[in-house]
Amino acid sequence: MSAHPLSFDQRVEKAIDDPILKKAVPFAQDRLRGGRNTAVEQLGNVEEWRERASAIRSHTIENLDSYLEQLANNVRKNGGHVHFAETAQDAVDVVTRIAREKNAKSIIKSKSMVSEEIHLNKHLEEMGIKVIESDLGEYIIQLANETPSHIIAPAIHKTRTEIAELFSEVAGRKLSEDTTELCQFARETLREEFLQADIGISGCNFAVAESGSVVLVSNEGNARLTTTLPKVHIAIMGMERLVPTWEELDVVVSMLTRSATGQKISVYVTAINSARQVEDLDGPEEFHLVILDNGRSDSLGTAYQEVLKCIRCSACLNVCPVYRHIGGHAYGGVYSGPIGAVLTPLLEGYDQWEELPYASSLCGACTEVCPVKIPLHDLLIEHRKDQVEAGRPPLSEKLAFKGFGFAASRPSVYDFAINMAHKGTGFMAKDGMITQGPGIVKGWTDVRDLPQPAKQSFRDWWKKEGKE
Amino acid sequence: MMKVSLFITCLADVFYPQVGKSVVEVLRQYGVEVDFPMDQTCCGQPAFNSGYHAEAREAAKQLIQAFEQSERVVTPSGSCAAMVRHYYPELFKQDEAWLPRAKSLADKTYEFSEFMVQVLKVKLEDLYLPTKATYHQSCHMSRGLGVKEEPHLLLAQVQGLEVKELPYCNDCCGFGGTFAAKMSDISEKMVDEKVKHIESTGADVLIGSDLGCLMNIGGRLSRTGKPISVMHVAEVLAKGGVKK
Repeated sequence: MSAHPLSFDQRVEKAIDDPILKKAVPFAQDRLRGGRNTAVEQLGNVEEWRERASAIRSHTIENLDSYLEQLANNVRKNGGHVHFAETAQDAVDVVTRIAREKNAKSIIKSKSMVSEEIHLNKHLEEMGIKVIESDLGEYIIQLANETPSHIIAPAIHKTRTEIAELFSEVAGRKLSEDTTELCQFARETLREEFLQADIGISGCNFAVAESGSVVLVSNEGNARLTTTLPKVHIAIMGMERLVPTWEELDVVVSMLTRSATGQKISVYVTAINSARQVEDLDGPEEFHLVILDNGRSDSLGTAYQEVLKCIRCSACLNVCPVYRHIGGHAYGGVYSGPIGAVLTPLLEGYDQWEELPYASSLCGACTEVCPVKIPLHDLLIEHRKDQVEAGRPPLSEKLAFKGFGFAASRPSVYDFAINMAHKGTGFMAKDGMITQGPGIVKGWTDVRDLPQPAKQSFRDWWKKEGKE
Repeated sequence: MMKVSLFITCLADVFYPQVGKSVVEVLRQYGVEVDFPMDQTCCGQPAFNSGYHAEAREAAKQLIQAFEQSERVVTPSGSCAAMVRHYYPELFKQDEAWLPRAKSLADKTYEFSEFMVQVLKVKLEDLYLPTKATYHQSCHMSRGLGVKEEPHLLLAQVQGLEVKELPYCNDCCGFGGTFAAKMSDISEKMVDEKVKHIESTGADVLIGSDLGCLMNIGGRLSRTGKPISVMHVAEVLAKGGVKK
């Protein structure tokens, strides 16, 4: 895919002092975190649930080939079409081919992060097709010509005022900032689009292998309209998003909604088994399932395999202190927050995304809340390790750690260094504080004072008087 | 008599020797024999977290050797204790010779408060420190080590010490080792939010169990001219040792 127009540092700089982000992101985070904590605590034995969900996902990923085959067979048995797409381009090709065959003029979409991942809208629009996002958040960012800044709340960074302006433009009249009025406008506008659309495109929260079903978890009802009104329904899923049976679905859906929005269950949980059957009153005439790899299978059998367990609940974004201060766009990829920092370099390589694994204080808040127990902060370290092993970091850093390893394994050298620290920093310190340091210390002292190393180190004190 | 070896950690050794002295003083006061193996260096966490695992292994081997003869190891850092307990076995999982040695150190290493409460099971006597404080819960200690309540149990026994609840206590202070320097602009926002919450408690002292966090928050408090000082739990117990 094409490179992001801004560098990581530029993106952070742009985000970090944005007055709207500063208010909106912590506010939304607090609400979602609180909701998640309450909903998860209600389960009573959270750790057991996490353990169970994790085991289900691990088992599925370990047997991905056979479950995918079972899923595909069952979808076909139900009369659906299955398309395996190895790359983003392959998936785009499948969808555009169907659109061309159906001579589609307009397409309605319910929320799908995978479609964002393959930049589907752009490709469809280039063909002259009108594409409308029907999830309220996605609709807002589509109007603003932006990308999602959160996995489940894509317009988390937008204020009511901005939304009123965007909607007013579409309406051709001034709309108030009243949420009821804004929602009513979106509902009316989108209803027309639903009725006109030739194709409905949805994501897939989970597919159920044993029955060949696609399950959608949503709150707005738009997913149901998207998948029933147009004549053709295309569902796009990441190849890892399935469970073996309905029994496992029960566990992962519970964990998804509780971890994501703090809901016991979302307003709608929709299961689609096929296109319209003879006895059905409504529904599409054709159903297509696009199963996307796009680099996912490269993680199988590696230290990163765990990331495929992800159910895209966003709990990790909602607790992340880094996300809190830079929001989603600064990450630059489609997926943001800790999961984005782990996933994006896997899907698209280090060349464009080398900073992401460092955009974390390794506080582990993400790992603690992950409903499927992905060791997110450990995987960030794994990325750093892989970059070091590939020789990517700057020479100065390599030398610094070479020196560290040398000193740390030689007590006499280490001892000397420690005992020289006070004298060696004397020229920088004033009243026991260093306020402007050189090199790596500069990053530290740009923000905060650094105490000057003590006159007498602990080890020196021990040697002289500590032993008693 | 219980014997303990002190693992000082590089930050305490260089920047906060008084914390090490406090640990020694408090342990001795409760009848523990303390020694300090001079061959110890750093636990290797800076290298490990930055992805330099070969260098981290060199440091780890040194620490393992230094404490091989020790019965128990106590350290005034939740983060370094978590490194040893959690990541040492991980670092040597492919190394048959070193893995048991790494595990042995992992099993006998304790963070200071954890040792005081869980192993020594002390009842603190006649501690008095009339101060209004709040406590910073460090991430690696609470999440990595699973030690949350212990420092509070100790501080609650200090008479006159009022420990105010810190809002958003689960949020990271923005230290993160090299993160603080490498991503200093993000770290700045994180530490500023932490400082804001600390100020909201009205505390005069911020108490903590990890010197990395205290150096970060303390450094920001100093830079922004806030009259709040930072103290390690061990210092509180040593200082509070003055009888009423």
